Amino acid sequence: MRKAFGPLLLVVAIMFVVAPFLIANAPYESTMGLIQKIFYYHVPSWFAMYLAIAVCGVASAVYLFKGTPIADAYATAGAEVAVVFGLCGLVTGPLWGRVAWGVWWQWDVRLTTALLLELIFIAYLMVRKFGGPGAEKLAAATALFGTATAPFVYKSVDIWRTVHPNTNVIPTLKPSMGGPFAFSSLAFLLLCTLLLTARVHLAKRQMTVDEMYLAYEDQS
Amino acid sequence: MMRIPLLLAALVLQPPPGQSEFVPVNELPPAERLQAAPFLIGAYAFVWIAVMFYLWTIWRRLDKVEADIDALARKAPPR
Repeated sequence: MRKAFGPLLLVVAIMFVVAPFLIANAPYESTMGLIQKIFYYHVPSWFAMYLAIAVCGVASAVYLFKGTPIADAYATAGAEVAVVFGLCGLVTGPLWGRVAWGVWWQWDVRLTTALLLELIFIAYLMVRKFGGPGAEKLAAATALFGTATAPFVYKSVDIWRTVHPNTNVIPTLKPSMGGPFAFSSLAFLLLCTLLLTARVHLAKRQMTVDEMYLAYEDQS
Repeated sequence: MMRIPLLLAALVLQPPPGQSEFVPVNELPPAERLQAAPFLIGAYAFVWIAVMFYLWTIWRRLDKVEADIDALARKAPPR
């Protein structure tokens, strides 16, 4: 994966240079106008968060049941990247809502559950940082609960009545909007993969330091 | 008697009165003026700043870890 990092970085950089031009050329939505274009960054941010959560959830399950250290590295990377993209979604959403709905925030089911999902993964990182010995296992269990929550957050707009647009919006997008959206989503998913790769590399190097400390203590 | 609900419904369903004048947006009081562009640019800028900041934190932590590895390697050369 380390060999792929350079080319991946280049592809992502090119995609993020091209994306604004495609988004600018996409037609305005009939009722919201210009502000609807936040959609092309807002929704892909959540897609990237879901990808990071999936990585964190699977890796946490592996670590919890098999105790593989590398799985713990992937879980940590997934949680951190999920928090970053979740924050992007939670900031871009209210900026869109302020113009489209007239309010920054509504305590409706989608917005509230999305905030809770973000808080669960912040809790994961805090448990790891301040939990002391054995915190890795406790954090892994927290991640499993967070991962189980994610599908409910996604489907909440279809199940409950909410001010937020439902999931049907995406499959019914006209090609002039769907093309830039698909491009932007792919760019975000690749960016997410890039950040995960970099963070996993950092975790592996930290594991090397820990091993060297142990070896040094054994020697002295 | 039967006509009263129909009259009420007709009153309620009447379209709103037509717009009698167009007001340029820059003549609205600042509180009522809400243009989309600053919000849109703000949203895109935030995503960029957040991602760049996160990449920078990874970079910084990686530098520290590499320095630790070098220091440990100097302290305890392989036997």
